[in-house]
Amino acid sequence: MTLFHGLFKKPWLWSWLAVAVVWSATVMVTGGAGALGLSQAALTFAAFSVIVGIGQMFVITLGPGNIDLSVPATMTLAGTVALKLMNVDNGMIVPGLLAALAVGVAVGMCNYTLIKLLRIPPIIATLAMSFIVQSAAIWTNRGLRIKPPSLLAEFTTSSTLGIPNMAIVALLIAVAAWVLLEKTLYGRWITAIGQSMAAARMAGIPVDGTRFITYVLCAVLAALCGYLLACFSGGAALNMGAEYLLMSIAVVVIGGTSVAGGDSNVPGVWGASLFMFLVVSMLNTYGLGAGVRLIMTGLIIISVIVVASGRRARQP
Amino acid sequence: MNLRPSSDTIRLIVPALSLASLLAAVFWLQPRAMSYIGLNLLFNLAVPIALATIAQMLIMAVNNLDLSMGAFVSFVACVAATFLYDSPLLGVPILVAAVAAYALLGVVIHLRNLPSIVVTLGMSFIWTGLAVLLLPAPGGHAPEWARWLMTAKPPLMPMAIVASILIALLAHFIVMRSSFGVLVRGVGGNERSVERAGWSALAARAGAYGLAGAFAVAAGIALVGLTTSADANIALRYTLLSIAGVILGGGEFVGGRVSPIGAVIGALTLTLAGSFLSFLRISPDWQIGAQGAILIIVLALRLFLNRIENRERRR
Repeated sequence: MTLFHGLFKKPWLWSWLAVAVVWSATVMVTGGAGALGLSQAALTFAAFSVIVGIGQMFVITLGPGNIDLSVPATMTLAGTVALKLMNVDNGMIVPGLLAALAVGVAVGMCNYTLIKLLRIPPIIATLAMSFIVQSAAIWTNRGLRIKPPSLLAEFTTSSTLGIPNMAIVALLIAVAAWVLLEKTLYGRWITAIGQSMAAARMAGIPVDGTRFITYVLCAVLAALCGYLLACFSGGAALNMGAEYLLMSIAVVVIGGTSVAGGDSNVPGVWGASLFMFLVVSMLNTYGLGAGVRLIMTGLIIISVIVVASGRRARQP
Repeated sequence: MNLRPSSDTIRLIVPALSLASLLAAVFWLQPRAMSYIGLNLLFNLAVPIALATIAQMLIMAVNNLDLSMGAFVSFVACVAATFLYDSPLLGVPILVAAVAAYALLGVVIHLRNLPSIVVTLGMSFIWTGLAVLLLPAPGGHAPEWARWLMTAKPPLMPMAIVASILIALLAHFIVMRSSFGVLVRGVGGNERSVERAGWSALAARAGAYGLAGAFAVAAGIALVGLTTSADANIALRYTLLSIAGVILGGGEFVGGRVSPIGAVIGALTLTLAGSFLSFLRISPDWQIGAQGAILIIVLALRLFLNRIENRERRR
């Protein structure tokens, strides 16, 4: 009974319940057909949202006002640079990955340098940075669509034991993020900073160093996601990151991470990512148009946040 | 007599200086821009952006942020290009309802203490969805009067400049000179003390949201008046432009520190930055990036001036 009671206090439970409901509602319409295909597609597409979502979650945990708007631009630049460097050569997969990650490190460092040196609010600093990164991506891309190396394209689009490889990668990242958040000193530090930056500083936590690492981590995860997404979709496109700006924020918040910071939640990011994909495919199955689909998505985001904040308000 | 400028004036100096130097640079690069028609062309698109920036500023004055501004302006543009043109009797109530929805949003956010970023993020999907339902493909017609208003040619100064000055003065009067404006900024500064003084923070927040909605409606109509047709994504970039405009104009995210005149100047600066870059013949690849760089430079300049201000105060 106590176990049951404790389970209901977990913020991530709600997003997983919602996933179950939406999944059943979709499968019921198709009469059980395509249940496996739907699950596999959901796992694959949710994986990309999970990877960027976890990065965004670390940044949002830092407290009010912390948000990274440069995620889409970083994804695009990393994907473009990596594909250009690899140039369809299977031997260049590792250098390509390293180049993508280097893009992430550079963007993250620039982001925090702007925030710290110019004391710009993160939302504006990362926005200004994303303009520059986006330009760099346009300049590198030059309208060329280079195919990913065959091995990498094969890896990103296939499954192991029925589970899509992308989902396995995202799961490993999620487990690592959970350990980082719950079991290491760094995780405790960012939670403490999110709850009160002044108190964290008084307690002797290296606030600037921790925030710096967090912004770099978020950009690196975005870069990794861009690398994988570019290989998955058969080439980098200039608008490939666009939908992940709102998505990365939405999955974090729906997953039960507090927008006020200092309280984050890894399993919830997974639940919310699956949920966001399943909602769209459910509305598609019902044959609804793009307009209705957008309206439903908006209504769901708002109702989730209303319900979630009511739950939090009751707790002291 | 005290000749030392107030800190509000100092905060206006940076935006005004950046606009002036940018304008000087444009004139130097392209002397033909120094005319009635040239100025009108340079600043034409600034009118809807300035209105959207004022709307964003009202929301930022109560410590919130509106991520749905661009989607909402697009929705209004679609309504203006369809219902307001075909059947104004239906179009006007729709727009009034949209303003009421904004005020209601303020009430909900206040009562349940919700994060405005997330709620407006959800609203942005709803507005875009409604706009897509109205106009699945670009089209529609601008109402005659909106077209006439935006293409009017007043003597001496082009319409874009006259309109910007009127918008700035109107917003300045409402936000800085009326008791409602003081209340709104008070909620941004210290909500609890406003409530202890017997005012309703709920009413102030709802009022700020409603007024923001009204300004955003004006932005959408002005945009259609300029473009003569609309589509569901016409103003999506206004969300980020309006936030950047408020910050460029000397506003802050928290604390109710906003400047309506600064916000309009910020919007003009952002519009002009685009023209400036095309006059510079920067490769189109780097145009967006250069706008980011201009944003960073202006903010660095502001930090520099803030330091001077603080040093003066300590002396």
